[in-house]
Amino acid sequence: MADSPKDRRYTKEHEWVRLADGEALLGITDFAQEQLGDLVYFDLPEPGAQIRQHAKLGEVESVKAVSEIYAPVSGEVVEVNQRVMESPELVNRDPYGDGWLLKVKPGDPSELDNLLSAEEYDALVATAAGEQH
Amino acid sequence: MDREEPIVSDASLKRSPLDAEHRRLGAKMVPFAGWEMPIQFSGIIEEHNAVRHRVGVFDVSHMGRLIVTGPDAAALLRRALTYNVRRLEEWQAHYAVMCRDDGGIIDDLLVYRMDAGRFLVVDNASNADSDRDHIAGLVEPGMDVTLDDIQQRTAMVAVQGPESSPLLAETVTGTLIQALPRHGCMEFELLGSNAVIAQSGYTGEAGCEIITDAGRGHALWEALLAARAKPCGLGARDTLRLEAALPLYGNDIDRTANPFEAGLGWAVDLDDEPFVGREALLRVREEGVRRRLVCLQASDKGIMRSGFPVLRNGETVGRVTSGGFSPTLGTSIGMAYVPLELAEVGTSLEVDVRGRPLPVTVVKRPFYKRSN
Repeated sequence: MADSPKDRRYTKEHEWVRLADGEALLGITDFAQEQLGDLVYFDLPEPGAQIRQHAKLGEVESVKAVSEIYAPVSGEVVEVNQRVMESPELVNRDPYGDGWLLKVKPGDPSELDNLLSAEEYDALVATAAGEQH
Repeated sequence: MDREEPIVSDASLKRSPLDAEHRRLGAKMVPFAGWEMPIQFSGIIEEHNAVRHRVGVFDVSHMGRLIVTGPDAAALLRRALTYNVRRLEEWQAHYAVMCRDDGGIIDDLLVYRMDAGRFLVVDNASNADSDRDHIAGLVEPGMDVTLDDIQQRTAMVAVQGPESSPLLAETVTGTLIQALPRHGCMEFELLGSNAVIAQSGYTGEAGCEIITDAGRGHALWEALLAARAKPCGLGARDTLRLEAALPLYGNDIDRTANPFEAGLGWAVDLDDEPFVGREALLRVREEGVRRRLVCLQASDKGIMRSGFPVLRNGETVGRVTSGGFSPTLGTSIGMAYVPLELAEVGTSLEVDVRGRPLPVTVVKRPFYKRSN
């Protein structure tokens, strides 16, 4: 698996967040999509909803499993990626680009300091992947 | 994201003769019925679509394979199965169910009549040992019959999809494949040893299943892949059979269900010959069933899964037995036992998906039927 993009921060639960122009873009990582397999549904909050860092914000279903998505930052949902809602497989193909899930107005951008750097996240994934054969 | 449990290679799990091939291709391996099997190679939906549109191959070596031979082989199998094997012509196969005395299903399987008093029984991996012991237990003193469990000595590969016939002709069978009648089987020579090919499958597509020596399995698998058959795992096997509304033992049928309520009455021959469960099934046929296994299709987003409650006007009337996502239909499908009065096609029900009601409709089976 390629190194995780360095322009963003990561959670232990395999979400990512990137600040750009005062807004936070968030999604799930390449490791997460690979573990889940073919994604078929996302259950995400509507624009206007408040999310809280580390609290569950929604769910993602793959053919074989369902998994919870946790918020990497707190704030108000500004936009939901409609392309992903219509074609969830976009997140399998491009989890860091076109497969972003939500745009959020962050309540406290310093929350990102709580999160993992790309290097720290890669180390976490290497351990997790090493536990599988 | 919740982290999945890491899968560690378990030395106590059985491995298929094709295991090394799967690992070389980087398949995701999972424990299944005491075996370690590939759940996917490239992706479930991609593999599913390959079978629906072209041709895919599955390693099904984990399934039980039992040869029953002798002048009393038919008599023994008649005693064990709901289907009357005496009706089978040579080189023909039929689906059958094996029941307990109370009519509860202990397995579903395929029985093939070959020649020279030989029958082949192919059953579920999860029940292979118990089925064999059950059948052996029905042998009466004086019966001239032998049972040969060939599972360990053989490999089994399913070739499924609209292009399966030409692919098989090109790789292993030559023109022999054209001579195979519907539900037929035959022995043929594969790489210098005896193999059996049967028109059977679990996907709702045209196709065959091939049984070879365990030692020849690798060469067969490689030949099929070289001819561009897509390797497919248990994940796609499940989505395909669910679309074809084929029951999965342990989910849709088990000891608590009888074949009539499961819609399998067509595999039951209630004639004068005794078989295990006959009296109980006669009673069911007379009294009628109280519930039916129905096909449910979602009309909204969300996936019904095994175990989820099925509701009518807020009340639980059943549980989803099998459920998942249908790549062909683009929505969730599943099966459930519901009371007879709710089993009619068009009935509106709901499935409780983690606390949220998912509207579903009873639809005609199967969800998908091939056009060719």
